[in-house]
Amino acid sequence: MTINTKIQEHINKNRNENGNLPEYSGKDFSSDQDVRWCPGCGDYTILKQVQNIMPDIGVPKKDIVFISGIGCAARFPYYMDTFGMHSIHGRAPAIATGLKVTRPELSVWIITGDGDSLSIGANHFVQLLRRNVDVNLLLFNNKIYGLTKGQYSPTSHEGTVTKSTPYGSVDHPFNPVALSLGADGTFVARTMDRDPRHLQAMLKRANDHKGTSMLEIYQNCIVFNDGAFELFTDKKSRPKEAIYLEDGEPLIFGEENTKGIRLDGLKPEIVSLEESNYTKDDLWIHDEKDATKAHLLSRFFDEPDPRAETPQHMPRPFGVLFAVDRPRYDEGVNLQIEETFRRKGEGDLDELLRGPETWEIK
Amino acid sequence: MAAKKQVKEEVTIRFAGDSGDGMQLTGSLFTNTAALQGNDLRTLPEFPAEIRAPAGTVPGVSSFQLHFGSKEILTPGDICDVLVAMNAAALKANLDLLRKGGIVIANTSGFDKKNLNLAKYENNEVSPLEDDTLSEYSLIEIDVTKITREALSDSELTFKEIDRCKNMFVLGFLYWMYERPLDSTIRYLKDKFSGSPEIAEANVTVLKAGYNYGETTEVVSARYTVKEASLEPGTYRNITGNESTVLGLAAAARKSRLPLFFGSYPITPASDVLHGMSKLKNFGITTFQAEDEIAAVSSAIGAAFGGSLGVTSSSGPGIALKGEAIGLAVMLELPLVILNIQRAGPSTGMPTKTEQADLMQAMHGRNGESPIAIVAPKTPADCFDTVFEACRIALEHMIPVMYLSDGFLANGSEPWKFPQSGDLKDIQVEFEPARDENAAKFLPYVRDERFVRHWSIPGTEGLEHRVGGLEKEDETGDVSYDPDNHQKMVKMRQAKRDKIADYIPLQQVDSGNEEGEIVVVGWGSTYGSLSTAVHELREEGMDVSHIHIRYLAPFPKNLGDLLKGFKQVLVPEINNGQLVSLIRDRFMIAARGINKIKGRPFGVEELKQEIRKAASAKVNS
Ligand SMILES: Cc1ncc(C[n+]2csc(CCOP(=O)(O)OP(=O)(O)O)c2C)c(N)n1
Ligand code: SF4
Repeated sequence: MTINTKIQEHINKNRNENGNLPEYSGKDFSSDQDVRWCPGCGDYTILKQVQNIMPDIGVPKKDIVFISGIGCAARFPYYMDTFGMHSIHGRAPAIATGLKVTRPELSVWIITGDGDSLSIGANHFVQLLRRNVDVNLLLFNNKIYGLTKGQYSPTSHEGTVTKSTPYGSVDHPFNPVALSLGADGTFVARTMDRDPRHLQAMLKRANDHKGTSMLEIYQNCIVFNDGAFELFTDKKSRPKEAIYLEDGEPLIFGEENTKGIRLDGLKPEIVSLEESNYTKDDLWIHDEKDATKAHLLSRFFDEPDPRAETPQHMPRPFGVLFAVDRPRYDEGVNLQIEETFRRKGEGDLDELLRGPETWEIK
Repeated sequence: MAAKKQVKEEVTIRFAGDSGDGMQLTGSLFTNTAALQGNDLRTLPEFPAEIRAPAGTVPGVSSFQLHFGSKEILTPGDICDVLVAMNAAALKANLDLLRKGGIVIANTSGFDKKNLNLAKYENNEVSPLEDDTLSEYSLIEIDVTKITREALSDSELTFKEIDRCKNMFVLGFLYWMYERPLDSTIRYLKDKFSGSPEIAEANVTVLKAGYNYGETTEVVSARYTVKEASLEPGTYRNITGNESTVLGLAAAARKSRLPLFFGSYPITPASDVLHGMSKLKNFGITTFQAEDEIAAVSSAIGAAFGGSLGVTSSSGPGIALKGEAIGLAVMLELPLVILNIQRAGPSTGMPTKTEQADLMQAMHGRNGESPIAIVAPKTPADCFDTVFEACRIALEHMIPVMYLSDGFLANGSEPWKFPQSGDLKDIQVEFEPARDENAAKFLPYVRDERFVRHWSIPGTEGLEHRVGGLEKEDETGDVSYDPDNHQKMVKMRQAKRDKIADYIPLQQVDSGNEEGEIVVVGWGSTYGSLSTAVHELREEGMDVSHIHIRYLAPFPKNLGDLLKGFKQVLVPEINNGQLVSLIRDRFMIAARGINKIKGRPFGVEELKQEIRKAASAKVNS
């Protein structure tokens, strides 16, 4: 119990009498605004899948809020028929924190790009994860600045040639899932625009998680960085280059699922299930709650080096790398308020104004 | 021979010592006692930005000035009557603030060779207590350190703990000199050290030792009484500006019946507001110590979007960081209160020193045409009413409001005849109600007669809508790059801000006539000095009036007409001339500035001189 405020009254007054959730379809979540991304932009499928899962999350439209920063991706809220705010570059996590702490009953989604949340907003990004505010953050990673027309971003690999790096970038990139784990994120997952089913499944998992859900989505920017994730999205190379994680299941990938990953101590090793004596039982079993293994998985980040003779490298993990429960900031703040309220009762303004010592002038 | 007794109308005491000597506490305790005795008073704490600057040096000196009296007291006093100098550096740094003939109370053990060296006295062979440095003053020498140790010779405390009690000796001695009771200080000590009764006991013992020292030795020939001031009848408490800011916010939350969300990042001299707010959880107040000022203001905007009273606080450097987000709030047309407890700039400037140099920043410190409302309190107690007004304007006009306090107000204190909660007006807030499916499309940027849009919060059926920093179409709020629409919206946001002028009081003349020869126009913390100076000049027969502006944006509707009733408009400010530019620009008046930029408030005498000088200079010369 806390103070009965006008917000509370307003919400109570406007409560749906029968309390039933309206029957929505995905279309109910598309706003009347024309979508203005470039034709073929990966953002379209992400929008579509988000709209598709909305009817299933069990929250009325009026209680859903999308908050974004700036960038192509950040236009997203305009296209959702929910509450939304397109804010300023990099600050969506901070805005969402203020909203979620004061209105914990809302379902709050942050939409952000790799520039938005890993350069200008990197501070807020890591603080959000460490605090574990109960919001969902969708990180649209296209490894480029789209809206400002194609400069390299903090996820672009070294040597990326762009207008601002004509001789190739010399910056070392962030690995967003490793960064999130480093910030003690409680839900860290990766998916891609070109696999709508997986994307949908991950969106639902992100929604179900209590705490900050960080879902990195590989998103193709067809204009400035086309094919950046082709290795993982192309049907031919995907089996070799991507590994889909399932909780409790062994790490298997490759064409016809012929390869596995086993742990030699703390060292991951690719083994062939055809040409060696290893069987499924010898493989690394994915455990979403195991932080050490999650860190190892996050380090599967190398790309094939075409110059190497036997290009041995780890496949890129997709799915939920890590998901654990930890107290949430918004919950903690409100518990403390309730506890103070229980102990002291509603604050007496007159007593507060009087202060500890007074005197009379007659 | 008993000391003879004298009655004084007003006294200014300056407590000065090393940062570790507890001078701020000593000053505050004397202040509380004086307040409880019914004196009117004002204080000026001054301390270094470093937590423990090198002990014994001049940069390490911390002082606290208290001006109290049986008459109306509006300033902490230009110069003091009594200077407590706990060491040589304290004397060196403060002697020019003691009036000729004033009393120096010196702790002799702070004047040994080591201290003279540290204080960089040119001649470290002879103490200034012994040469002719103090020939024009009366000197009371006490070996405070030694007597404190003696008083606690039976104590189990360590030497360090014992030495830390020496400020209580001085306080006790001054209580004797000014015939003050010890009880409120004893209560305070017992409460503060309730966890370690030995320390409480030691402090009380030394406090009493100081009092008895006055009683039994004959170092002082006179004791002074300062009678109760003839303040308006009522119940009073003592309060600093930051404290009353906290109370004003709590009151605004209660009177708007909204939860208050306070997002902040620590910075001198604003941090105490964060500290104060974080205690008030059972007043429906949530505080968030953000990772930086940008996150602080952004979180407050998020909370405001959700229907809370969103407040953020900082000082100049932090306000600079908040600029972009404040612009967003202008665009979103959400209520937001931004507290700027100003300090001397630019950049990090002088963190613990006062200045009023952020007015232009408040007015223009954002990209694009980005009008907000601005208010400024004039005294520590007035912080309460002014911050309450800031909240009212923000909520009733859906606009960011900047509140410009400063270090002098923040830490200075005065007696406050505090209001009853029932006397405070309600702040009118109504959220846009739910709409059913058949209602026409919801238009989030439709306005009322004050040009104010409705507050439409998440959780309300049928109001789903998007807001953002991109220019928006009139009424629908949809993104628009239409040229005519942009011009219309820029003008609209300005008109909305200006319209606030219809909902604030007209400007009053604080003292003097409504028209005449000279008007002195001020804002913010200069009130006390300006008011006192103008009163005294009027007693000398000068035709001078005083106007003090609380509402800086928009200005009260009658301000221009009022100013035009005077031949000369003088604008004293603790900056290089900001309000004066705004006045010139807005009213095309040949206003002239009087500017002091030393990190300290105006003294009354210096102001009087400047006003006299300006008055005799030819206008437009
Ligand atoms: C304070 C500020 N700095 C710079 C910009 C310019 N800007 C807009 S979007 C952007 C980068 C966006 O990149 P990303 O977050 O990767 O999003 P994308 O456009 O690729 O979806 C920049 C630098 C801005 N809007 N605001
Ligand atoms: S620039 Fe790239 S990211 Fe932006 S809309 Fe076009 S394709 Fe999408």
